[in-house]
Amino acid sequence: MSRIIIHNEKVQNVSEVIKICPFGAIEAVDNVLSINAACKMCRLCTKRFPEIFEYQESIVPQIDKSQWQGIAVVAELTEKNELHPVTLELLGKARELAAKVNQKVLAFIAGFHVESSAEELFRYGADEIVIYDDEALKYFRAEPFTAALEDFINFRQPSVVLVGGTVIGRQFAPRAAARFRTGLTADCTVLDIKENSDLEQIRPAFGGNIMAHINTPNHRPQFATVRYKIFPFPEKADSPAGIKIRRTLAPGKLASAITVEGIEPLPEEQGIEEAQVIVAAGKGIKRQEDLQMIRDLAEALHGKVAGTRCLVEAGWLNHKQQIGLSGRTVAPKLIICCGISGSVQFAAGMKGADKIIAINTDPNASIFKIAHIGIVGDIYEVIPALLEQIRKGSVR
Amino acid sequence: MKIAICIKQVPGTTAVEVDPVTGTLKRDGVESKLNPCDLYALETALRLKESCGASLTAVTMGPPQAQSILREAFMMGVDEAVLVSDRKFGGSDVLSTSYTLAQALECAGPFDLIICGRQTTDGDTAQVGSELAELLHIPHAANVIKIRSLEEKQLQATVLLPGCRMQISMQLPALIAVDESIAEPRLPSYKLKLATADRKIKLLSLKDFTDTDESHYGQSGSPTRVVRVFPPEHNTRQERWEGSGQENALRLAAFLEEGKFLQNPR
Repeated sequence: MSRIIIHNEKVQNVSEVIKICPFGAIEAVDNVLSINAACKMCRLCTKRFPEIFEYQESIVPQIDKSQWQGIAVVAELTEKNELHPVTLELLGKARELAAKVNQKVLAFIAGFHVESSAEELFRYGADEIVIYDDEALKYFRAEPFTAALEDFINFRQPSVVLVGGTVIGRQFAPRAAARFRTGLTADCTVLDIKENSDLEQIRPAFGGNIMAHINTPNHRPQFATVRYKIFPFPEKADSPAGIKIRRTLAPGKLASAITVEGIEPLPEEQGIEEAQVIVAAGKGIKRQEDLQMIRDLAEALHGKVAGTRCLVEAGWLNHKQQIGLSGRTVAPKLIICCGISGSVQFAAGMKGADKIIAINTDPNASIFKIAHIGIVGDIYEVIPALLEQIRKGSVR
Repeated sequence: MKIAICIKQVPGTTAVEVDPVTGTLKRDGVESKLNPCDLYALETALRLKESCGASLTAVTMGPPQAQSILREAFMMGVDEAVLVSDRKFGGSDVLSTSYTLAQALECAGPFDLIICGRQTTDGDTAQVGSELAELLHIPHAANVIKIRSLEEKQLQATVLLPGCRMQISMQLPALIAVDESIAEPRLPSYKLKLATADRKIKLLSLKDFTDTDESHYGQSGSPTRVVRVFPPEHNTRQERWEGSGQENALRLAAFLEEGKFLQNPR
């Protein structure tokens, strides 16, 4: 049992000690400290007051990591049976990680009639592809997809499993991780690997206000999800070639308690993730109708309108337009942030943009910490004048 | 029909900062609130209670202070509330949180349907629901935008997938995670606040579970370890424009022109 032991006799100022826990997990009853269920084991207390807080980890038997070889990527298919670009981004990262530990890049693909997409995986660096092609996998349901992934993991014993942090990946990667009683780190933004194949995972935590460096030291495989547009799109491999293995599961294995009764295709819409230019609005917008100038600017720049959580919660924008940790991640060529204070939760969703321009009246707004061009000014002055200028230019 | 709703208390603000010198966390204010996505899970359940007569149990895992969100659930119309709390649960990651909830739901249940919100605003992982369903050996579907019918052994729902809406029927027991488009959440009622003021919250801790092995919970039961936390990096190549609105607009127009952003890319 790992725990934090408190040496109460060393405590001098109870209220000062209680304050250091950001989660309010240190309690005092009659001046005796204890730790409650809010503890996240961040162990900051052991660093701040090492004489009072002692971290004790029990010795557990170590697993044989050499039995787990290969960096696996879970391929995701779009409704047209094409590879989702996040899969290729992950393959690029997998190739980099695999080279460091001298392991292979494996790809797992499940669906119905997936052969041509499978070939594409070689072009982006997969050394070995394992295919599950079955009508039961035609539409996404978590149980059959988990069953296929479970078979793949038992069959190939990969050390790392990378999954896209998409609507689909977020539903079956956790199921598979739980089945193997192993760790899963969601929405990683940086991945590296140690010589012993321990994955170094960095992800934003607490709304992105801090970054957490996470390991899975004694469990395999190590699951990590990564959102679309976090890693760069990779180059094609020089000489695509590899081994292709088809696996079939007994029909009962792919059974599901969910029956698909109907599919209704939705009109194709380009999401903010695909946009090259984004004009984003925040709390600086005072009235819903004022969003019109944001829309006008987006239109002039052939871009998309997006915004912060507060505008979505106000019902002025829809959820698909929200940038941030609880919304979408974007990496456009240009983003203009209008009246956005720049919470880290928002910044985490857009700091991959090539050029960030921010307009805000508050010279100390956090958005200026990440903006390439910080314009201290009122959006109600700058944007109408800018639109006027653009209009003049187009007349000329 | 018994329905459980998994809810969580989250910080009222995510304004936590790391002091780059000392490496300690600074958090302004400690007020907490009900995770906003969970309001939609509660609303979904309340509508099922009204249409099918289901009984509702709100379940949360957290410190004793998390009782306040269970009181809020009472004020919205939930019948029972369970607080899952034990200091041995401290430091739980996704797996160990899901395992603890699975044990608690088995202990407080059985439930025919478990409803979760899309994600929490503090962890932002959106993964506990899926792991919980796995550990309970029941099917699950996320992004549920509509409940079409609920019967004794079956739920018909519509889920949102990339590029399509899918109509499904699920055998119960099952778990669903609902999208915010499913229903507009109601406000807590003052009448219900008064009516439920004396209602007891059920407390569950490790000793109440079927599996009481401490090594399966909290940090011991967590395969992942936080190595360290640190502040995010800031951009270093920056310029600041402090002229008048008109000056800035002209400068920006010139910048956009030069970068060819005003031309149609197609």
